[in-house]
Amino acid sequence: MDLFEYQGKQYFARYGIPVSPGGVAHTVDEAVSAADAAGYPVVIKAQVQVGGRGKAGGIKLASNASEVRHHAGNILGMDIRGHVVERVWVERASDIKAEYYASFTLDRGARKHLAMVSKEGGVDIEHVAATNPDAIIRRHIDPAVGLTHADAVDIIDSAGIDQEARSGAVSILELLYKCYVEGDADLAEINPLILTPDGRVHALDAKVTLDDNASFRHPEWAAFEGTESADPREQMARERGLQYVGLDGSVGIIANGAGLAMSTLDVVNQVGGTPANFLDIGGGASAAVMANALEVVNSDPNVKAIFINIFGGITRGEEVANGIVTALGRVTITSPIVVRLDGTNAVEGRAILKAHESDRLISRPTMVEAAQAAVAFAAQ
Amino acid sequence: MSIFVNETTKVVYQGLTGSAGRFYGLRNREYGTQVVAGTNPKRAGENVEGIPVFANVHDAREATGATASCIFVPAPGVESAVMEAAEAGIEFIVVITEGVPAKDEARFYNRLARDFPRTRLLGPNCPGIISPGKCNIGITAGEIATGGGPVGIVSRSGTLTYQALYELTQKGIGQTTCVGIGGDPVPGTNFIDCLEAFQRDPETRAVMMIGEIGGSEEEKAADFIKHEMTKPVVVYIAGVTAPPGRKMGHAGAIISGSSGTAGAKMDALRSAGAHVAINPTEAGNVMATVVAHL
Repeated sequence: MDLFEYQGKQYFARYGIPVSPGGVAHTVDEAVSAADAAGYPVVIKAQVQVGGRGKAGGIKLASNASEVRHHAGNILGMDIRGHVVERVWVERASDIKAEYYASFTLDRGARKHLAMVSKEGGVDIEHVAATNPDAIIRRHIDPAVGLTHADAVDIIDSAGIDQEARSGAVSILELLYKCYVEGDADLAEINPLILTPDGRVHALDAKVTLDDNASFRHPEWAAFEGTESADPREQMARERGLQYVGLDGSVGIIANGAGLAMSTLDVVNQVGGTPANFLDIGGGASAAVMANALEVVNSDPNVKAIFINIFGGITRGEEVANGIVTALGRVTITSPIVVRLDGTNAVEGRAILKAHESDRLISRPTMVEAAQAAVAFAAQ
Repeated sequence: MSIFVNETTKVVYQGLTGSAGRFYGLRNREYGTQVVAGTNPKRAGENVEGIPVFANVHDAREATGATASCIFVPAPGVESAVMEAAEAGIEFIVVITEGVPAKDEARFYNRLARDFPRTRLLGPNCPGIISPGKCNIGITAGEIATGGGPVGIVSRSGTLTYQALYELTQKGIGQTTCVGIGGDPVPGTNFIDCLEAFQRDPETRAVMMIGEIGGSEEEKAADFIKHEMTKPVVVYIAGVTAPPGRKMGHAGAIISGSSGTAGAKMDALRSAGAHVAINPTEAGNVMATVVAHL
């Protein structure tokens, strides 16, 4: 789960990372109250999960309540690269003497945590990595040992962080690691981490991605749920416990297993079609799961054909076929369906489907043939 | 021969008394795997259809000589289950459980690497390992595999692993061992571990590798294939058309920035001399040609 900036800052604050005083607002009035509480001047920041909000006019400085009214009024409801601004974060403006970068993430190749710190903060870190890679210090942290104080000091010193900011930066790096590990974040990033003219160091932005697998030990994450700006199809799939990613093509995909689902998208593309989604229904293929999946795919107005691609392993072909047939009895489907059923007892499964075949439901023995049929339906 | 497991491998199931553990534990036994024990701290002394249940892995190992463990316990308990198995002297630990937090798996992988360097971990979130006719640990349907070699399979994806087994079986091509390494961010066993073992295994004469988008493991495997492997490798990478920034079901399957794309992986593997197929069926066909020329 990706957090909005304001949620990320709230999360940082739980772990003691200093952030600017501020509040979240859904309306102009709320923005004024938040500004009054934070103290002027304030910065009003659009809360969207997309880059480039500053350039789009989604970040404004205000020195009094009437300026807050003016800017918050403009920013709320603004469309930033397809994301409508529903909330703004209003915080006390900071004077900035220097901007740094700090983050923790997992380096999967090394199977260790990776600390990245740079004195070139405030800009896109991928841009720094491309143009001035030496400006970023990268250190692996052994997850079995953790980040020691000596590690933190060494990283901050190696990055060339100003002497004035040194102790503040070391302390924040240690707190950020704690937030990353104990807070089960896949990514915990501060950009920029700032030094103020009066010598304080704090986080001016927050980018946090939480590890969904760890939600069982974080009841506090419930506060973050439901605020994600999701595709309505993805929302519907999530409510049904399905792994779904919305795309913009015309062939709806239902497959069992993430790998097979990805592979199905590839094959649809290879035969000249465009997938409408990725949907993994998991290991089995019960009627209930299949009905849920069909409902989600069918709700997409762009879908012109549905391709069900199931490989029976432990789940036998006849169970899969019965699941599909039962599901079709439960939901009304507007698009024609092509089924490819293979694996354990595929022959028996296909025989069951045979009895229900029509010009709206056909079965093909291989992935490529089934993809071709689905793409042909979608083109009609 | 086979890699990592064989007909003498004795397996203890951690979580045998749970529904998935029981179902697959019994299926694995039916397949011929030496399923010698289960564990459950509250049910020591009981048995599951004749398989004795012990309080912990240490007791199970003492009593039965188990050398491998298969973990089905729920995600919150996986880290302690893995450490319990390693501390009891288990040499091969297979974690089927999905949904393990990334911090847990990063920690237990590195604790094993440091404190139990001889213990091999497979998973988490993997289908397991099968050496057809000898040993099946995990959730792979044994019926779709054929023994005798000459092909070894290694895959990040569960269903594509089954697909690969099935494609080869349909063509009458046997397998030595099929390893599902799983799609999690910190896999205990990776492609190179398996490629290395297949390269050493005299019965394996060709390798099928199934990768997917995300990370750089396939690129590293390409480097290994180029410099260390003499046996032919046929590769399929899933997710050619996956959009950047979107997780495709597996925690590991995400294209971030310009890295992790299927195209980059396929290019790297192709220039390493691997045969790269564009879909699983083609991979089966290519392997049939490779095997015919061995």
